[in-house]
Amino acid sequence: MNAPLSQQHAPQLLAERIPLEGAGAVDVERQRAVVAALKALLPERCVLWREEDTRPYECDGLTMYRQLPMIVALPETEDQVAHIARVCFEMQVPIVPRGAGTGLSGGALPHGRGVLLSLAKFNRILKIDPLACTAVVQPGVRNLAISDAVAHLGLYYAPDPSSQIACTIGGNIAENSGGVHCLKYGLTLHNVLRVRGVTFEGEILEVGSEAFDSPGLDLLSLVIGSEGMLLITTEATVKLLPTPVCQQVVMASFDDVGKGGDAVAAVIAAGIIPAGMEMMDRPAIAAVEPFVNAGYDMDAESILLVESDGTREEVNEEIAHIEAVLRANGATRLEVSQSDAERHRFWAGRKAAFPAVGRVSPDYYCMDGTIPRKRLGEVLKAIVAMEAKYGLRCANVFHAGDGNLHPLIMFDCNDPDSVLRAEQFGFEILELSIAVGGTVTGEHGVGVEKIHQMCQQFDSATLESFFAVKRAFDPAGLLNPGKAIPTLTRCAEYGKMHVHGGQLNFPDLPRF
Amino acid sequence: MLVVSNEVVRSLQERVHSAVAARTPIVIRAGGTKDFYGNATHTGHEVLDPRAHCGIVDYEPTELVITACSGTSLTDIEVALAQHNQMLAFEPPHFGALPTLGGTIASGLAGPRRMASGPVRDFVLGATLMDGHANVLTFGGNVMKNVAGYDVSRALAGSLGTLGMILDVSLKVVPRPATEQTLRFGLSEADAIRRTNEWAGQPLPISATAWVDGALSVRLSGADAGVRAAQMKLGGDPVADGEAFWITLRDQTHAFFNREAKAATLWRLSVPPTATPLNLGSTLIEWRGAQRWIWSTSPAIEIRAKVQAAGGHTTAFRHHDRNDVFHPLAPALMQIHQRLKKEFDPAGIFNPGRMYSTS
Repeated sequence: MNAPLSQQHAPQLLAERIPLEGAGAVDVERQRAVVAALKALLPERCVLWREEDTRPYECDGLTMYRQLPMIVALPETEDQVAHIARVCFEMQVPIVPRGAGTGLSGGALPHGRGVLLSLAKFNRILKIDPLACTAVVQPGVRNLAISDAVAHLGLYYAPDPSSQIACTIGGNIAENSGGVHCLKYGLTLHNVLRVRGVTFEGEILEVGSEAFDSPGLDLLSLVIGSEGMLLITTEATVKLLPTPVCQQVVMASFDDVGKGGDAVAAVIAAGIIPAGMEMMDRPAIAAVEPFVNAGYDMDAESILLVESDGTREEVNEEIAHIEAVLRANGATRLEVSQSDAERHRFWAGRKAAFPAVGRVSPDYYCMDGTIPRKRLGEVLKAIVAMEAKYGLRCANVFHAGDGNLHPLIMFDCNDPDSVLRAEQFGFEILELSIAVGGTVTGEHGVGVEKIHQMCQQFDSATLESFFAVKRAFDPAGLLNPGKAIPTLTRCAEYGKMHVHGGQLNFPDLPRF
Repeated sequence: MLVVSNEVVRSLQERVHSAVAARTPIVIRAGGTKDFYGNATHTGHEVLDPRAHCGIVDYEPTELVITACSGTSLTDIEVALAQHNQMLAFEPPHFGALPTLGGTIASGLAGPRRMASGPVRDFVLGATLMDGHANVLTFGGNVMKNVAGYDVSRALAGSLGTLGMILDVSLKVVPRPATEQTLRFGLSEADAIRRTNEWAGQPLPISATAWVDGALSVRLSGADAGVRAAQMKLGGDPVADGEAFWITLRDQTHAFFNREAKAATLWRLSVPPTATPLNLGSTLIEWRGAQRWIWSTSPAIEIRAKVQAAGGHTTAFRHHDRNDVFHPLAPALMQIHQRLKKEFDPAGIFNPGRMYSTS
């Protein structure tokens, strides 16, 4: 992460070697002209341009990359957003939208010749409809604030990224954020009905609907997860679900990570979709247990947490089923939470995994590959070999239910060589994720961080088609430019092109 | 399962190249079970049949993912899943003997379970598409969580073949529920809408609802204990042949769907589920109010105005004159549709006009 890199030590190594679009010093004359045009319709307080005011926006949660924006705009109404877009369209000034700035891939990294458009002031919940089970919210509303506002109705908003205290729904829409309950309750895409927003040309439009579908192409699928490159979200309708009456967690130890992985597959083969299914390996357990005293088995090679939710009858039945499957698959120790306090204690370690690793290492770098679950054992073994190769430790936490792996590579940013090794370690994990049929990002987004690995995951025709989608929404190509989709030139410079051999290509072999 | 080689894809590519050169429209059609759906196709077109490109490429029950070619029979896929006690969550309609996977995705139509499971696009994890440049594009993948690149594979659900020909699709699949039980209640239309929406806010395992002729049917799906407890709570009369009833809704073989077929148009209304009764004609309601079927002889413009005022949109589903079948789009959205079409299919050869005459 991304997180604990202190500013004075922030190594610019990565940023120096990945030529960022819009890097560089502010053009003062240009700045003056754009500020004047924006102030024609925006109050003074909504336009920041002095360095002391724009400095706090220089990075998001990926602090390795920093860039001072030319201007920061803090609009208060949708009309103001449309005005900013029209000014920027006419003057050909890039816009980078930003929510809470908690993103881990640099999606909200500013553009040095652009406007950083913060939606922080769009922080109101506009409507709660308990009968339709929906809420209409502005993009700057925090993820957890939605659930807090509807808890008294017995409802909640399901996606729960680990930053949910701080991250906003606008950012969640940009990144298609997940969380620990994705396998059962889906990602942001599955829980948002409608997005209203402004295009770079200043047009206001709505994709999706409070009906269950809308006419024409499903543009909602394109907008959600587009990393702020297609539409500036100004409003959204989200789905609310009934709060489960009962939740219980099974904690199981395994003496081998592969056995833990097989147990995950066995749970699913038994027809169970748990509310959450998380795994931690030995280094993660060793970092976490002294930190939170969750009662984790320090002798285990991996620990699996499996949560069941629903009515009391459903949970009782499911927990018994899960216990039987885990036992049959070689669990060496099994505990079932007997109270909510105990359930929270079981989860406390998993939820504190990042800060716990931050405590045992000066810095860590969190990766985000998704792999087919069946390749877990093999990938974890490869990561162990990489630890030796790069001379760095790595703890693994894993959204086991949906195959999303978060290796935490431990390094020291005071040691530039270790930064370099951490970066290469991370990129090797991403490349391995692609090679085993997975993806470079499960939930954190590509942003600027993984843009080179996109060259390997997608062939040039597919990358070009992403630009086609971009042009359909933003022909000028100035809404969050340079993020998520690498140009073919960049891929050629990076020197690693897509290698065929994935299952969806067409090898000259019979297929079964 | 059939063996597929590059040859099939290559020959499809050649067909696309020559269609582009001759500016001949291509209609993508396999079993023809959805011929009735969408605007009438152009005359003088060629038919591109994906059925040579068929077979299940990969199915790993423990990964909850199936990947198959677009020409694969939907029934074959459902049989393969059932062998591992799994299913497609969105309960796709068959509408005839030979539906294929490609048509299922391209039409984006879902059955009764959609109200609880989500739409077709929610289950699309990845797809390959042959676009109007005859390029084979690979979107998404076969893992549950994947945010690399725009989610074009999901946007293919309901695209009606207008962006190109779907070649392969990876879908998330789900376990079959251990138990299902259908209950029936005598209720007015307004009460049925209110009641089903109230239930939606409670932790109940309701997987489908339908109201027609003064009776509300509710299907419970899930673990034995959960279904029993919900049944105790809801009351109602247990229905013996529940499964057959839901299939008649899924495939529109229920008597309602033939009722006024000779004279009227069957409209599909997609509205916020809590919308009060619209009084537009003989009505069947699914998805706790979000999908309503109406037989009407009223002019389209009247029906569209009323439904739009209720926050929804309309489709002239059957027996219409096959023009302007879909609800008109706002100009800003239509512009994006036109640009997408132009990017993916610059010669305008794939199913031109099937969705909108101008895109």
